[in-house]
Amino acid sequence: MSSELSSILDHIEKIEELDLQDVPPTSHVVQVENVLREDDSRPSLPRERALEQAPDVADGGFRVPSPGT
Amino acid sequence: MSELLELSGARAADAVRAGEVSPAELFAAYRERARADELNAFLWVADGEPAEPRPDAPLAGVPLAVKDLFCVEGVPSMAASRILEGYRPPYTATAVRRLTAAGAPVLGKTNMDEFAMGSSNENSGFGPVRNPWDRERVPGGSSGGSAAAVAAGLAPWAIGTDTGGSIRQPASLCGIVGLKPTYGAVSRYGMIAFASSLDQCGPLTRDVTDAALLLRHMVGRDHCDSTSLDFPEPIELPTADRLDGVRFGVPPELTGEGVEPGVRQVFDAAVATVEELGGGIEEVELPHSPHGISAYYVLAPAEASSNLARYDGVRFGPREGDGDLLSIYEETRARGFGDEVKRRIMLGTYALSSGYYEAYYGRAQRVRTKIAEDFARAFERVDLILTPTSPTVAFRLGERTGDPLAMYLSDYCTVPMPLAGIPAISLPGGLSEGLPVGIQLAGPAFSENRILAAAYALEQAIGFEGRPFDDP
Repeated sequence: MSSELSSILDHIEKIEELDLQDVPPTSHVVQVENVLREDDSRPSLPRERALEQAPDVADGGFRVPSPGT
Repeated sequence: MSELLELSGARAADAVRAGEVSPAELFAAYRERARADELNAFLWVADGEPAEPRPDAPLAGVPLAVKDLFCVEGVPSMAASRILEGYRPPYTATAVRRLTAAGAPVLGKTNMDEFAMGSSNENSGFGPVRNPWDRERVPGGSSGGSAAAVAAGLAPWAIGTDTGGSIRQPASLCGIVGLKPTYGAVSRYGMIAFASSLDQCGPLTRDVTDAALLLRHMVGRDHCDSTSLDFPEPIELPTADRLDGVRFGVPPELTGEGVEPGVRQVFDAAVATVEELGGGIEEVELPHSPHGISAYYVLAPAEASSNLARYDGVRFGPREGDGDLLSIYEETRARGFGDEVKRRIMLGTYALSSGYYEAYYGRAQRVRTKIAEDFARAFERVDLILTPTSPTVAFRLGERTGDPLAMYLSDYCTVPMPLAGIPAISLPGGLSEGLPVGIQLAGPAFSENRILAAAYALEQAIGFEGRPFDDP
């Protein structure tokens, strides 16, 4: 895995050849700003449906071992 | 019935409307074919009967194959990953919901590269898909199951997703049509996220008309995806068989080095066909596109490393390990993810790590800007850009699995478009060594109608014949 990652990184590092001074970064390709919607209330997923696929459930929540130990 | 299975989706819908076949009969016939699938194209096939479509439903009950990346309520939706084995979502993706509402019931879930990471479908957690043209070869990826199912007549049409070429490249390798829409044209809600700034879903179909018809019923703003937009015009079904006055740009960067001779030959023939149909050809430069793969393999793994943090054995999917919380996270992820997914999570977290962020992620985002500027400049001179879809025909199973970089370079011609957010189609251009070669047409944002019109004219002139369907 580590030699594969090295060859991928070698290829990726070709972008160091480019002069990118003063080029703004792109994080979103389509110009959209301040997308808002009406603050309407809608029913959300019922709790039991949301918990249905969980591997372990207790007291209406997802159960995991205590992270504090 | 076998004649009906030869029909495109749009023609099958006509046959339903003409009373030649009932939606239930058509669904049952495809279900039988999909169940007898020998290509490993399907991960799940519907068992019940779908509700009869409304008589005026535009897709008339013609069944749809859906990539396993889409959530469908109550139906296994696993992104072909063991980490989501058995997951049945409580809701349905918007794109699937819209197509179902338009009269296309879900026939089955198609195999894919795990979490859409791959170009050969060999990264599936449930085994590779075989190419119907040659079962020793890959169908392409990541939407390999959708492409193989449509090419083999196991489904009339399908949807898939494209992040760096995952609709267009398998469409090319399987000899069918695949369209990646403009970023934001189709809602991503319910599509299991890979790289959210690049992911788009689109149709994989037997012909261009079917691609237009499915797309028509997929596009539009969705309040559940704030990056989705209202498509500025209705999607038209293309009819013109000439290309008079349409200007095509051919970029030397995506048509020269690395493109194998047989693919180049089919591409050159397509260029000649464009001219015979009255279209103009000129050279355009996309000087930063050769850096597309580098930028893509920083940005997509970076986004994936964040998106895939949610798979930890707490809320869905199997849980592994029985010790403390950390060992549950570690065991679940170590056993649940395949090698390619782990490779990309490592690449992505490395590229985002403190001290490397600007050198990798920051630079890649700037390359992205340059790639988009190249396209914008080209589209001042031409209407569409013409390239091969894939530099090679379908390769042999196992041929590139030992060399991830060689695999990544399969997407050399398809990666620049999603980086710029623009739409592109792949349509079959002909055969090389008995295997299909795709031709790619890209246009500016929201030029889907222009792309579909030109692709239709080319399709009529090329007259590509798909692979005859074997008996299941």
